[in-house]
Amino acid sequence: MSESWKEKLYEPSDELIAVENVNYEGPEPIVEGEGTPEEELITIDHVDLSYDGNTGPIKALEDINFNIFPGEFICVLGPSGCGKSTLLKILAGFIAPTTGTVKLEGEEIEGTDWHRGVVFQHPPLYNWYSVRKNVGFGPKVRGLPKEEYEPLVDEYLEKVGLSEFAEKKIYELSGGMQQRVSIARALINNPEILLMDEPFGALDALTRESVQDLTRKIWWETGKTIFFITHDVEEALLLASRIIVLSRHPGRVIEDIHVDFSRQIVEENATDIKFTEEFYKYREQLLRLINSQ
Amino acid sequence: MKKKGFTIERVLTIATVVLIFLAWFGLTATGAFSETIIPSPKSVLESLVDVSQNGYKGHTLLQHLGTSLKRLIIAYGLVIVTAVPLGLLSGYNSKVQAILDPIIEFYRPLPPLAYYTILVLWMGIDEGSKLALLFLAGFAPVYIACVAGVKRIKEDYIYGAETLGANKWQIFFYVIIPAALTDVFTGLRTALGVEYTTLVAAEMVAATAGMGWLVLDASNYLRSDIVFMGVIIMGITGILLDRLIQFIEKRIVHWKGRT
Repeated sequence: MSESWKEKLYEPSDELIAVENVNYEGPEPIVEGEGTPEEELITIDHVDLSYDGNTGPIKALEDINFNIFPGEFICVLGPSGCGKSTLLKILAGFIAPTTGTVKLEGEEIEGTDWHRGVVFQHPPLYNWYSVRKNVGFGPKVRGLPKEEYEPLVDEYLEKVGLSEFAEKKIYELSGGMQQRVSIARALINNPEILLMDEPFGALDALTRESVQDLTRKIWWETGKTIFFITHDVEEALLLASRIIVLSRHPGRVIEDIHVDFSRQIVEENATDIKFTEEFYKYREQLLRLINSQ
Repeated sequence: MKKKGFTIERVLTIATVVLIFLAWFGLTATGAFSETIIPSPKSVLESLVDVSQNGYKGHTLLQHLGTSLKRLIIAYGLVIVTAVPLGLLSGYNSKVQAILDPIIEFYRPLPPLAYYTILVLWMGIDEGSKLALLFLAGFAPVYIACVAGVKRIKEDYIYGAETLGANKWQIFFYVIIPAALTDVFTGLRTALGVEYTTLVAAEMVAATAGMGWLVLDASNYLRSDIVFMGVIIMGITGILLDRLIQFIEKRIVHWKGRT
């Protein structure tokens, strides 16, 4: 993937790849598809979700509309009980919206499939398998030959820094390491989008920071689209390229902004960014927005 | 995690056993009870020596024990190969459960002796009906534990496998079965106990050998010493078999208690 998507993330334009100042002499290139070259990866269109409560249907999500573009790192912020996890479940295909549609590359999402990888809050890793076998689970069940996916397993274990732990059992790992396995396991399938449901909520502060760094690094290096649920404003600011804020019950989109801190951290090594005035300003604004609900 | 070596719990266990033996010695030494009510440890030991040397009514002690264990193991093996897969399937697929549940729920609370006569009528008076009785006794607890084991699996385990690309059968074999193993073993241990309790009933009709039959026959002649001996041997073999299952469980379900 070209590097330009990264710059584009922070511009108001929706173009995915910009081509400028290129000297090209020859026939007009054939552009596949029609209309604008930029394409949404996921379109969420008028999504409502209600579930049955004791006193009739309860609305969890109301009129959710937004698109996800390739390469974005979207953090969905919201108070607990705002339906943000429900939104992720819809994207994953665990539940269907009551009304409205969700499309991945123009095709409506029906049920689960490996093009949308999920990282759960409590990683459902398989205790009966080693770390290696957990990571290789996806390619194995998809029918890839062993000699093809074994090198992949090594590659992804290396990516999450667990090469030495390949033969360990899951219960021998700490919570943070388990979450790393979980990330490697989801990434090895090379999904179109990685859905992460408050993945670091149960970790201690130090571990949390290191897996956040890892996630950011993976996003930056692979250009993977990430959809990340959190209730932690700081976490959202440190990771996201775009933050979507949901309101309390029923969840509606009340803010949708592009932020740049994550890029600055990787590109400019701005590790102290959370002590800058700008970061502070964003944090206060988002907190006020959430608390005003 | 189990502690090794001499913990206070282990001392208490041993002390309890020793105390029971001492009480037994003491009570019988007073002579307040007749040998028929409580035979003395000495006469029980003597009957053990006698039966193991001369046998009891045509069979040696080992033959009696062997006959019972053979029945137990065959029935138990049948339970493992039927109740485990059916229970797991039933927990996974509501249609399978809808078919099997009424049958099992109906017969499970019945006292084994109530349907034993029917089994004898159908399968003859020999080994067939005995095995069937033991099999039925062991089937229900294993089946129920397997169903419960599958139902208890966190849905994220299954969702997780789905999002990684696994189909229904792959989920069943790679996720459901191993995840339910702890409960499967609990069911297997319960079943062993239940089969043991049913053993005497199974050997009531037309048996000429077996520990259950030995105890029953000896009690007809008020040979309490032999009854005591039989009961103690059955108790000890029961504990040993249970330990064996626990040992196997530890080997297979190595993650138990560590998650």
